[in-house]
Amino acid sequence: MQERLQTLKEEALTQIEAASSMKELQDIRVAYLGKKGPITEILRGMGKLSAEERPKMGQLANDIRAAISEKLDEKTQVMEKAAVEEKLKEETIDITLPGRPVKKGNHHPLTRVIEEIEDLFLGMGFSIAEGPEVETDYYNFEALNLPKDHPARDMQDSFYVTEETLLRTHTSPMQARTMEKLNGEGPVKIIVPGKVYRRDTDDATHSHQFMQIEGLMVGEDVRMSDLKGVLQSFAKKMFGEEREIRLRPSFFPFTEPSVEMDISCFNCGGSGCSVCKSTGWIEILGGGMVHPNVLRMSGFDPEKVTGFAFGMGPERIAMLKYGIDDIRHFYTNDSRFIKQFKHI
Amino acid sequence: MLVSLNWLSQYVDLEGYSADELAELITKGGIEVETVESLNKGIKGVVIGHVLECVGHPDADKLSVCKVDIGEEEPVQIICGAANIAKGQYVAVAKVGAVLPGNFKIKKAKLRGEPSHGMICSLQELGIESKLVQKEYAEGIFVFSDEVTPGEDALEYLNLNDNVLELGLTPNRADAMNMIGIAYEVGAVLNRPISLPSPELVRSEENAEDYVSVRVENEENTPYYGATIIKDITVKPSPQWLVNRLVSAGIRPINNVVDITNFVLLEYGQPLHAFDYDRFGSKEVVVRRANQGEKIVTLDDTERTLSSDHLVITNGTNPVAVAGVMGGADSEVQQDTTTVLLEAAYFNSKLVRKSSKDLGLRSDSSARFEKGIDRNRVVPASERAAQLMQELAGGTVLRGVSEQGARHIEAKDVTVEVSRINQVLGTEISESDVAAIFDRLQFSYKNFGGTFTVQVPPRRPDITITEDLIEEVGRLYGYDNVPATLPITESTPGQLTDFQLKRRRVRRLLEGAGLYQAVTYSLTSPAKRVFFSDESPEAIRLAMPMSEERSELRTSLLPHLLEAAQYNINRQLENLAFYETASVFLPSGSDLPEEQEHLAGVMTGLWQEHPWQKEKKPADFFVIKGIVEEIAEDLGLEDRLTFVRAEEPKLHPGRTAAIQLDGELIGYIGQLHPEVEKELDLPETYVFELNLEKVLKANVAHLKYAKLPRFPSVTRDVALVVDETLEAAEVKRVIKEVGGDKLVDINLFDVYQGEHLEDGKKSLAFSLRYYNPEQTLTEEEVKNAHDRVLQAVEEQFGAALRS
Ligand SMILES: [Zn+2]
Repeated sequence: MQERLQTLKEEALTQIEAASSMKELQDIRVAYLGKKGPITEILRGMGKLSAEERPKMGQLANDIRAAISEKLDEKTQVMEKAAVEEKLKEETIDITLPGRPVKKGNHHPLTRVIEEIEDLFLGMGFSIAEGPEVETDYYNFEALNLPKDHPARDMQDSFYVTEETLLRTHTSPMQARTMEKLNGEGPVKIIVPGKVYRRDTDDATHSHQFMQIEGLMVGEDVRMSDLKGVLQSFAKKMFGEEREIRLRPSFFPFTEPSVEMDISCFNCGGSGCSVCKSTGWIEILGGGMVHPNVLRMSGFDPEKVTGFAFGMGPERIAMLKYGIDDIRHFYTNDSRFIKQFKHI
Repeated sequence: MLVSLNWLSQYVDLEGYSADELAELITKGGIEVETVESLNKGIKGVVIGHVLECVGHPDADKLSVCKVDIGEEEPVQIICGAANIAKGQYVAVAKVGAVLPGNFKIKKAKLRGEPSHGMICSLQELGIESKLVQKEYAEGIFVFSDEVTPGEDALEYLNLNDNVLELGLTPNRADAMNMIGIAYEVGAVLNRPISLPSPELVRSEENAEDYVSVRVENEENTPYYGATIIKDITVKPSPQWLVNRLVSAGIRPINNVVDITNFVLLEYGQPLHAFDYDRFGSKEVVVRRANQGEKIVTLDDTERTLSSDHLVITNGTNPVAVAGVMGGADSEVQQDTTTVLLEAAYFNSKLVRKSSKDLGLRSDSSARFEKGIDRNRVVPASERAAQLMQELAGGTVLRGVSEQGARHIEAKDVTVEVSRINQVLGTEISESDVAAIFDRLQFSYKNFGGTFTVQVPPRRPDITITEDLIEEVGRLYGYDNVPATLPITESTPGQLTDFQLKRRRVRRLLEGAGLYQAVTYSLTSPAKRVFFSDESPEAIRLAMPMSEERSELRTSLLPHLLEAAQYNINRQLENLAFYETASVFLPSGSDLPEEQEHLAGVMTGLWQEHPWQKEKKPADFFVIKGIVEEIAEDLGLEDRLTFVRAEEPKLHPGRTAAIQLDGELIGYIGQLHPEVEKELDLPETYVFELNLEKVLKANVAHLKYAKLPRFPSVTRDVALVVDETLEAAEVKRVIKEVGGDKLVDINLFDVYQGEHLEDGKKSLAFSLRYYNPEQTLTEEEVKNAHDRVLQAVEEQFGAALRS
């Protein structure tokens, strides 16, 4: 009997070793350890054994049972692991294949520039004012110290709709519109982005429609040095920390003194190149101290308050910043152009 | 304005500054120097030559063989092709080894067998523009009229060693439209004194008043008019120095008389006109408004028709000049002119501007009158011209001037306090610095304890108020010296308005959904304006459009978005999704049109695509509708924005919906009508346009948290067979109506038509979710509600349950 048990054990272990599927292992388990298996049968025939041998034989049978079971578990584990590995191997993908694009659009470059500037001035406590694109002659010119027949009106030939209304030639009319509402009570801190129109034939550097951002700050003790400080922040934010600015005297009917602002060339750093026409400086915007007539006409007392104003062209800024060579690109809407302004 | 530095140095010492340095300083002072041009276009080795002999070439009709003294030991032989070459001339010779503009090198050559050692030059060959070359030298070589020495540098004589600054003058700085004005400015910038011409005239015994009388009808139009008479004139070419001055200023020399008036115009900024006295037609000058329809042939041989808006100079009968703009052809100075009537006047700038504009005639004269000239320089300028005519044309200047009006006006006083200057500029400029700046500007002033009363000379009509003086001080103090500070006024919160914030959200949402932002023009053509509506309102049309294509303001954004789509399609860019937010313009009944901010989108081709996974999702009605629905949801309007079947002439009749907000029509969405697609050469294209203001301005309740569900909900699916024409939204509406307050969600999850269904029928499958926030729903509650739903849809639509 002992011998048979030993044989059974060896047989079982060999079979387990040779098994190649979970099914086979299951069959082996049933065959050897099941209720109808040989070991059970042997144990049943133990009655014939002596009282001394019985526990010994029982012990042996149980040991063999345990050994087979253990071996079975062991082999099952090995095979399960192999199966999982096999499955994972089958699931392998080519991770170099392109991912599914999240097909997003993006801002037009002008909006990109305008929002960047808006955010900068919002951070400095300015709010954003918007106004009509068809304006009265009064707000577009007269309230800005440009009476009819003023020679400076030649500077911006305009599209009139009627004798008294026109497509605004700048967003400056919002200076007067905003100030009028405040009945002489400051401070005023606004920027005014928007579309403007001038009688120009469209070419690489001219467009009959373009964007402008006007800025206005009026209050007690607003100084030209403040204009310089604010514009310096603007220049550094838009064109890089290392930018220097310079103010040059200029002329606008609605400011006195008037200035133009140049930034040190971001292309050559000031040594001279084609971007800055070898001057080291690039003209960015115009501005100045609000003309007393403008303050007066809008209900503010120039003896009590002063102010600064400036106006800039987002097209020009975008062209400089991104190296765009033709202003018409902004209005043609070639998708290959717009898509270039996706990333930060 | 072109400024020759050789010329300018006659009035102010420029020693020690290069042309570029001067340009930089002048620009920083407030007058922008746009370009610095060297008149020497790369010339080397051009000298003066004396033609000693000149004979025909033995083998070529048009060539001459010349012996030319170029200041070397032996004369050289040069072959010349110019017709005007002659023995005895002094000419410009490019020697062997010389370089001409364009890096053209002169070498020894043989022309038809004859050796040639150099080249006799025309002015064009020396880099002078053809339009500036005197007529007599236009077709041939240049010949010196002054006494010159062979071998000397020709460039010096021709002023080709000069540098010219081009000034970009702002309209306020009319004072810098002449050399004297620029001398004042540069003197102030460099802090150097200036010396101005002081013409000395010898006048004859005869009186000008015996030759001509002057009568000005309206002194407001013509505050001063003076006529000087110069006799015994010989009209001939000007000397080289005068030619050089004019050429450097970009004006072509004509003859001494005309050149002198042009020179004085450039020097003093005073437009002058020289009439031929004998052709003037009378002995009186009458300045008056033109009669309606009166005609004059101007110097450019063009007949002009005048009106009473225009000021004219007449001989008492006929106009002889349009005041301040251009003279008449009849009284023009000619070769045989011997007596000149020299006009020096001050005309009202608005009238000159009006004439110039109406006649489409801009001249150097009108440009100056329009912007305002120095009233106190009128008489000195005429004296300067008379002196030059005496000197260069042999003229005799008659005693006195026939004139009307005051010769002088007083300087104006403008006051400024030093404290105010510093307050406005944010600087700490001292009283003595301010005084020094006014000295540099040559302004007289009185200073009482920091209050400066400045006598502003009439040459600076741009300075009228305190702020103008602050600018003068600021610009000469230097804006580089103004510190950069931060405003000290009360702080204000900077924030977007609700509208601006929402608009940014909508833009980002659209971009997240795959649309790119476009920006198109507001001006459009009449055809495009009415494209999307047969009953478009009255046009808002430009009074004077530049083209029909850009003549009216748009009432819809779609035509230009479709144009952008066409542009891209034509370039094989086929998958397109654009949106735009912009104003449209509608008549309002008042002065200004109503400007409505719209949002429009256009989509065609594939919306989503991932080729290697075979995923292709073309844009279709439901893609674009889903995007609009997402906007509504983002803005909290999902229950208030609805789509109602509609018809629009340019949209597909079966695939168009009106977009309504709270039942009010705010826009359309749909597929372009296939005929329109064909007309525009576009593939299947979906569009929408809505009134963005309505959407962004709709009042929305504050976002509030809803309690998370505490009890399970029950979901029942139901598939209803209904007529295929029945709209899903209608079924949903009825379900909602009868479902009771426990029915919280109605989701359409399947639409089926085809096999197993009768013709003309479709199946709509809804998933209905019931929920009671107070307690767990009972089976009975759900059953009751669900039965009500089934009963209602059966009664109202004959809907059968699909098994
Ligand atoms: Zn540069």
